[in-house]
Amino acid sequence: MPTTQDTPTTSPIGRSTPRVDGPLKVTGVAQYASDFHFPGLLYAVPVEATIANGRLLALDTSAAEKMPGVRAVLHRATIGKISRSVPGPGFAGITDERRPPFEDDVIRYYGQYIALAVADTFEAAKAAADAVRATYQREKPNVETDLKADDEPQVIMATFGPTNRMQSERGDADKAFASAPVTLDQTYVTPAETHNPIELHATTAVWDGEHLTLYEASQAISNLQGVLAQMFGLPDENVRVVTKFLGSGFGGKLWPWTHCPLAAAAARKLGKPVKLVVSRKMMFQTVGHRPRTKQRVRLGATEDGRLVSLQQDYVYDKAILDGYHEDCGEATVFHYSVPNLRVTFGRAKRNVGSPTAMRGPGAVPGLYATESAMNELAHQLKIDPVSLRVLNEPTKDESRDLPFSSRHLLECFAVGAEKFGWAQRTPAVASMKRDGVTLGWGMAGCTWIAARLPAEASVQLRDDGTVRVACGTQDIGTGTYTILAQLAAQKTGVPLDKIEVALGDTSLPKGPISGGSMVTGSLVPAVYQAADNAVASLLATATATPGSPFENRKPADLALENGRVVAKGDSAGTGVPFADVLQRANLRLVTGSGKAEATFGNPAAKFSTHSFGCHFVEVTWQPEIARLRVSRVVSVIDAGRILNPLAGRNQIEGAVVMGIGMALLEHTTYDQQTGAPINSNLADYVVAVNADVPPLDVHFLDYPDTEINELGARGIGEIGLAGLAAAITDAVHHATGVRVRELPVTIEDLL
Amino acid sequence: MKTFEFVRPADAAAAVGSAAKARTAQQGADVRFVAGGTTLLDLMKLNVETPDRLIDINRLLLDTVEATPDGGLKIGATVRNANLAQHATVQRDYAVLAQALLAGASAQLRNMATTAGNLLQRTRCMYFRDTAMPCNKREPGSGCPAITGSNRSLAILGTSDHCIATNPSDMCVAMAALEATIHVQGPNGARSITIADFHLLPGSTPDRETVLEPGDLITHVTLPPPRAGSRQVYLKLRDRASYEFALASAAVVISVSGGNVTHARIALGGVGTKPWRSPEAEGALVGQPADAAHFRSAAEAALRDAKPQTENAFKVELATRCLTHALHMAATS
Repeated sequence: MPTTQDTPTTSPIGRSTPRVDGPLKVTGVAQYASDFHFPGLLYAVPVEATIANGRLLALDTSAAEKMPGVRAVLHRATIGKISRSVPGPGFAGITDERRPPFEDDVIRYYGQYIALAVADTFEAAKAAADAVRATYQREKPNVETDLKADDEPQVIMATFGPTNRMQSERGDADKAFASAPVTLDQTYVTPAETHNPIELHATTAVWDGEHLTLYEASQAISNLQGVLAQMFGLPDENVRVVTKFLGSGFGGKLWPWTHCPLAAAAARKLGKPVKLVVSRKMMFQTVGHRPRTKQRVRLGATEDGRLVSLQQDYVYDKAILDGYHEDCGEATVFHYSVPNLRVTFGRAKRNVGSPTAMRGPGAVPGLYATESAMNELAHQLKIDPVSLRVLNEPTKDESRDLPFSSRHLLECFAVGAEKFGWAQRTPAVASMKRDGVTLGWGMAGCTWIAARLPAEASVQLRDDGTVRVACGTQDIGTGTYTILAQLAAQKTGVPLDKIEVALGDTSLPKGPISGGSMVTGSLVPAVYQAADNAVASLLATATATPGSPFENRKPADLALENGRVVAKGDSAGTGVPFADVLQRANLRLVTGSGKAEATFGNPAAKFSTHSFGCHFVEVTWQPEIARLRVSRVVSVIDAGRILNPLAGRNQIEGAVVMGIGMALLEHTTYDQQTGAPINSNLADYVVAVNADVPPLDVHFLDYPDTEINELGARGIGEIGLAGLAAAITDAVHHATGVRVRELPVTIEDLL
Repeated sequence: MKTFEFVRPADAAAAVGSAAKARTAQQGADVRFVAGGTTLLDLMKLNVETPDRLIDINRLLLDTVEATPDGGLKIGATVRNANLAQHATVQRDYAVLAQALLAGASAQLRNMATTAGNLLQRTRCMYFRDTAMPCNKREPGSGCPAITGSNRSLAILGTSDHCIATNPSDMCVAMAALEATIHVQGPNGARSITIADFHLLPGSTPDRETVLEPGDLITHVTLPPPRAGSRQVYLKLRDRASYEFALASAAVVISVSGGNVTHARIALGGVGTKPWRSPEAEGALVGQPADAAHFRSAAEAALRDAKPQTENAFKVELATRCLTHALHMAATS
């Protein structure tokens, strides 16, 4: 496998590096949003509507207010003004739920907050919240699972602005389908899923005059800062958001939810810091979900398997008032070579909390449908599913008529097939056995966004020989602290244990959202530029300081190598530790700033930039007890250069485990009578547990993509989930003969 | 959670006395004994259980496992599920019980959960656990939304028009097949109850789950002497590989001689409103060849009276396969 090795093997880049923040986490020192405590802190617990549609007629808070330790039970009439926010350019002002809490008395979804109990202890606040009585005007909620597109205009308003429901079109897909020798027309359904990070959403709000500090579980602190500034009528700089550590978010913590302004409003009203931790049950109601989708896929092909037409028409659920867009066609438009293509979407209003981005939004359900259709077409044509994909591999992004910056999907297939032993597959259903169980083998390809967001960073070189690198992005558990330390180490030669990384605070240089797998790629140029500027300042100091060994040299003749200032050309080990240079100049530190622009959404892009990959899956099937298990997965990922293979593998493995859940276990069920997400706990919302995790084999191709940044690093947080469900369902078919087109695959499907 | 009084009596008599004045020992109990708390505290946080008083029985020295004079086993009320599962005698002579215990919950929960607590485990019906929902078990007469709602995991045997909640226990299913006896100390002295008689069918009073009355303290469970040469299997089927309640399970204790089944005790889990002993399956097995066809027909006999709900018809076939395969595993063990 060709790998560009333009840095020595001793480089921190590309080296498997344990989390630099690991010790803080395992010793409990790391502070998550709900770990912050302040004198006089009060605890808030929301009261939730127990209807999904109707109107709040009356609230009886009298009993709750008299309970011991209760400070207030706040509601629409008493909490004070909470205004709306509007989106700005880029990722600013974004909320998926547009209506601020308590704005009116209309109940749109089950669990909507209708009051807020605040007390001296969490227990007192919870008891008070439970004691509030609400009277409703009830209307029948619509949580119907069969999705049909509402009658809406061609261009609809989505979270990020006007969006055309005719998403993409080329050629004449209908005509080509009608005349195609081989056709496939199937509909695939994915259920609502709930993110369920282990860390609950939480806000601790502290006011100091007209300044608000929020300790929040956020994947996008800068956006939250701007949204809360709008909601409370403050200058942006008066709002500080701190997210030092995040117990993951999976997209659910990208945009602010209503609990956050509620906590801030309560703190303002009561003049005390207020902490609000969302309960696990509320996590299913008020902080987003992956919407249910229904996707019709039509493929037309020649008899030898060349696609002539591809159509995808999808519908997903939307909240009554909101505009979250689940872009199931994101990958469809470029993934295969096909002259005639049409992708459209529609939405179906439901009485549910707003859906939101969940790991691999759009492409994950989308690729489940299109990759399943490709697998079915391969079966229909009696062509190996890998061969069918090879046959339809594009030479460019046909949707934008751009070359791909770096696409090695065919090599992913070749490596995956080799590692998995795919050549041994016998295509007949239930034809493969091992140790008395039936095996099923399936595969699918995957792709995900590769781009940069705007990012700023600073690097300080300090007179104690340490380096500080800072950026107002956040580490959501994926390893961003470690990546920044590696980048700083690479540029300065200072070891990781002498590098301090500061993240998760809006007082730091503005960083990207932790969404779309774009943080690492975005930070490389910003941190590198900051480091270069800091080093330039150091070298200038070295030449300008009286008595310096480099006095009278030119900065251009010097370099910072392994933490020492050296004259270029001198042998290794010469020169002076940079701390000595600073001390001699009576400087505590030198600072450099760096800034990189976005490539995401660039209309003048010269390349189509994406990551690619594939999964090969084996399932075991025991019909006598209807037991189906995933028994091994080989994943091959083409995501540019991998800066930290240890954390990288961890990302793909975690995504594959999530994909097993998506394919076989997870679904949020809305009670048809009440509209409640009824399985709103971790016993009834079944995710994969350790015992469900088979041996996972992850390979990275490691081709640098220098369109993204100088190191060629793309992102890897989401791609591992894409395509996996299609690979599993094809393996299920191979083992059982049952073609399941509605996830998750359940025991009852296979009996 | 409602504020409650926590008391720690010195001995069993004091515990019984402290609990005897309660209004009921069933749903809505104002006094509860607590041992591991793995069900009770969970339900108190949900306001499903709202006791005024909790009586801690952890210090009553009910935590031993001992041989009985007749060669059986006496299991104390507060023996932890984890300790019971690892007990050498249980593993050797009552393997079905060890297997059932280890199939239940997670290691952390098994370290806390106790024998008596497991006997009194409450259903996982999602409507029962949500006080915003009607539930005849929680609030008699309020209705059963599960019958028309989400009932995939609920019961198909022993249901009524008022309640279809599944008994979630694994341990009780094994104990039903082992014909355990539950020993209770009450305000009027000690008494013993067979496990078959201990749990009640929901009928029109699903709030009443057991025969326990106020003040009744489970002190221990006895198992009869093991049947020499019996083969025992507990098989549990569920969506994921671990840490999930059974969709169907089977506890099998059979003896086979000369190719024929000579003795059979069969119980099913995950499908009944109580731990479901099946005399129908036992009757269909005894005296018949220990072969696949007879195992299947015995399993079909066990499910003959099943009444599927809107989402759980699959459980009839799943439980049938589960019992058939458990019998096969036992016969070939």
